[in-house]
Amino acid sequence: MASDLILFYAFGAIAVAATLLVIAQSNPIYSVLLLIASFMALAGLYVLLDAPFVAVTQIIVYAGAIMVLFLFVVMLLNAPREDALEASGSTEESTGARALGLVLAMAMAIELVWALNRTRILGFAFPEGRGGTSWSVAELGRILFGNYAFAFEATSILILIAMVGAITLAGRHLTEKRIPNPDPRIPSPESRIPSPESRIPSRSPWQA
Amino acid sequence: MAGLIHYLVLSGVLFAIGMMGVFLRRNVITMLLSIEVMLNAVNLTFIAFGRFLGSPDGQIIVFFVITVAAAEAAVGLAIVIALFRHTESLNPDAFRELKG
Repeated sequence: MASDLILFYAFGAIAVAATLLVIAQSNPIYSVLLLIASFMALAGLYVLLDAPFVAVTQIIVYAGAIMVLFLFVVMLLNAPREDALEASGSTEESTGARALGLVLAMAMAIELVWALNRTRILGFAFPEGRGGTSWSVAELGRILFGNYAFAFEATSILILIAMVGAITLAGRHLTEKRIPNPDPRIPSPESRIPSPESRIPSRSPWQA
Repeated sequence: MAGLIHYLVLSGVLFAIGMMGVFLRRNVITMLLSIEVMLNAVNLTFIAFGRFLGSPDGQIIVFFVITVAAAEAAVGLAIVIALFRHTESLNPDAFRELKG
């Protein structure tokens, strides 16, 4: 089916372009919104792969819940300008780390391409038959609560721990006894609040 | 007809982009978003292989990955909020004092 390939390339192009823009954006709000677009394209790919339930879950849970959580935090912190500081210059140490990171990411991409080239699945089409019909939600649920019952229950404990951990980490009681900042390079919160000239900093505060 | 290799290459590209984001960006929230990108690249691999092998296990594991991603996002964002309260910054370089 040629339409299949066209849809794959369309969704894949949207996903790659949106994800690249996520990395390139300096404003985290745009990053989050673009990532939602990327997830929508991935959901389209899941539909192409006969996994409609995963596609719906992807949209509802990922794009709906997790990304809204991110958006909520971005707007709560209201700090989209932090990246302007980043662009103006960072310490030598972080530049070195950045170069190392770039090299590592390139090595990763090259390694992936090399590994894929070596495998014999090149061009293998998806099988027809059972693979061609999508698994129904009932079947998936039966497997999830059958073979994977233990993992499912373990997941509930994971969620509980994550909940307790999030409340403990972000709870108000941590800041009540705020320790004074020992590092003079990092400005205290009071000094940064509204003064207008500090809105356009020429140097990053941790650079000096 | 798009074959398995198409999806694997796309997944690899997405994973590399996510990895670049983690390494190159100096914004904690964008780094967390990049981790989500990497998790989604892996999800795509799982679904593609599940379809290739005619097995539902790939889809089941994706549900677990989504759950873990939700837990990771909740804890990660809580840490971001706690750090932001102390340093008023999202740049990981500002959290040097964690080095001791």
